[in-house]
Amino acid sequence: MTLPDLVLYDDEFRKIKDSLSRLASDANANVVFLVDKNGQQIAAVGDLTTLDTTSLASLTAGNVAATDGLARLIGEKEFSILFHEGERDNIHISIVAQRVILVVIFDERTSLGLVRLRVRRAMAELEKIFEEIARKAEKEKQAITTDFDSPFAEITDEDIDRLFSE
Amino acid sequence: MTFINYAAREINCKIVYYGPGLCGKTTNLQYIYDRTNASAKGKLISLATETDRTLFFDFLPLDLGTVKGFKTRFHLYTVPGQVFYDASRKLILKGVDGVVFVADSQEARLEANIESIRNLDKNLKDQGYDIATMPYVLQFNKRDLPTAMPADELYRRLNIKREPTFEGVATTGAGVFDTLKAVARQVLMDLKKK
Repeated sequence: MTLPDLVLYDDEFRKIKDSLSRLASDANANVVFLVDKNGQQIAAVGDLTTLDTTSLASLTAGNVAATDGLARLIGEKEFSILFHEGERDNIHISIVAQRVILVVIFDERTSLGLVRLRVRRAMAELEKIFEEIARKAEKEKQAITTDFDSPFAEITDEDIDRLFSE
Repeated sequence: MTFINYAAREINCKIVYYGPGLCGKTTNLQYIYDRTNASAKGKLISLATETDRTLFFDFLPLDLGTVKGFKTRFHLYTVPGQVFYDASRKLILKGVDGVVFVADSQEARLEANIESIRNLDKNLKDQGYDIATMPYVLQFNKRDLPTAMPADELYRRLNIKREPTFEGVATTGAGVFDTLKAVARQVLMDLKKK
C-alpha cells in the first residue's frame, strides 16, 4: 500500500514548527528538523545557516530506509531510534507515526539522556498533529467530488515550458 | 508521493533515474548539475564506491521555478544499476513520482536493459505502484558509440507503453534536458488529476 500525497496547510505547519522549537529549546539542541520518509524536508528550526538541510533530509531518509531494510531482514518491524555519535556533534533520529523522521542535532552542551526524554514528549505532540493531517486529507478526499479546487487543475503546457525556458 | 506544502507554497516531486549498470544515470545527473544555475540547485550527493560505481544513490535537488504560484522542487535520484544492489533500488523507489529509464544503446547491453526494465516493473509493484500509470520516460543513451543499435530497433525492444523516448549522449548532454523536461511535464500534469 502506498501512502497518499502529503498536503500541509498553514495551521498544521505552524503547530509542527512550534513543537520543534519547543523541543530544540527544552533539549538544548542545535538543530531540530522533520523529514518525510521519502527525503522531503517538512520543517526545520535552529541554527541552519551552515547546514545543507536538503542534503541532510535526503541522506537521513536514505539512512532510515536502509536501516528499515536491515530491521526487516532480521524480523523486526523497524528500528525506531538511530543515534550517531560524533566527536563534536551527534545526531538522534526517531520515527514519528511511522511516516516522518524527527532529527535532532546536538553537541556537548546537552546530553543524550535529555534529548531522548524531550524527544519522547515531542513525538507524542507530533503524532497528534500528523493524525490531524491524515484526518484532513481523508476529509478532502471525500470532498474532492464536490468542490475541491486544486491550484494545479489549470496547469498548461506553457506553464511547464516556462520552467525550462532559461 | 508529491509533497505539496501550502504553507511554504512549494511542490516537491521525486524523479528516479533507473537503468542497468554503467548506462549513464549518474552522468545524466552530473550534466544537469553542471548546467544549472548555482541558485537553482543544491549539492550533488553521490554515495559511490571507490571506483565511482553508485553504491546507494545520487541525489540532486533542483528548483525549476514557479507554477501557479508554487515553487517546484524536483529531487532527482539515481539507483545503483548493478544487479546485486536490488534491495537498495527498491528503497529508492519509495515515494517516486516519475521514472526515467536510461537504456544503454550498445547491442551487448540489450539483455541488461530488458532485465532492468523487468526489475523496475517488479520493484514498482512491490512499492504499490504500476508502471502503466507512472509518469515514465525512456532515454537511449550512448548514441555516439559505434556499437549502438539502431534507435528504431531499440524502440521496438524497450518501449513498453509508447512513453516519450529520447536519444542521448549524456557525456555531452545531448537529450539530457529533453528527457528531464518530458518527465517533469508528466509529473506536473499528473497533479491535475489529483
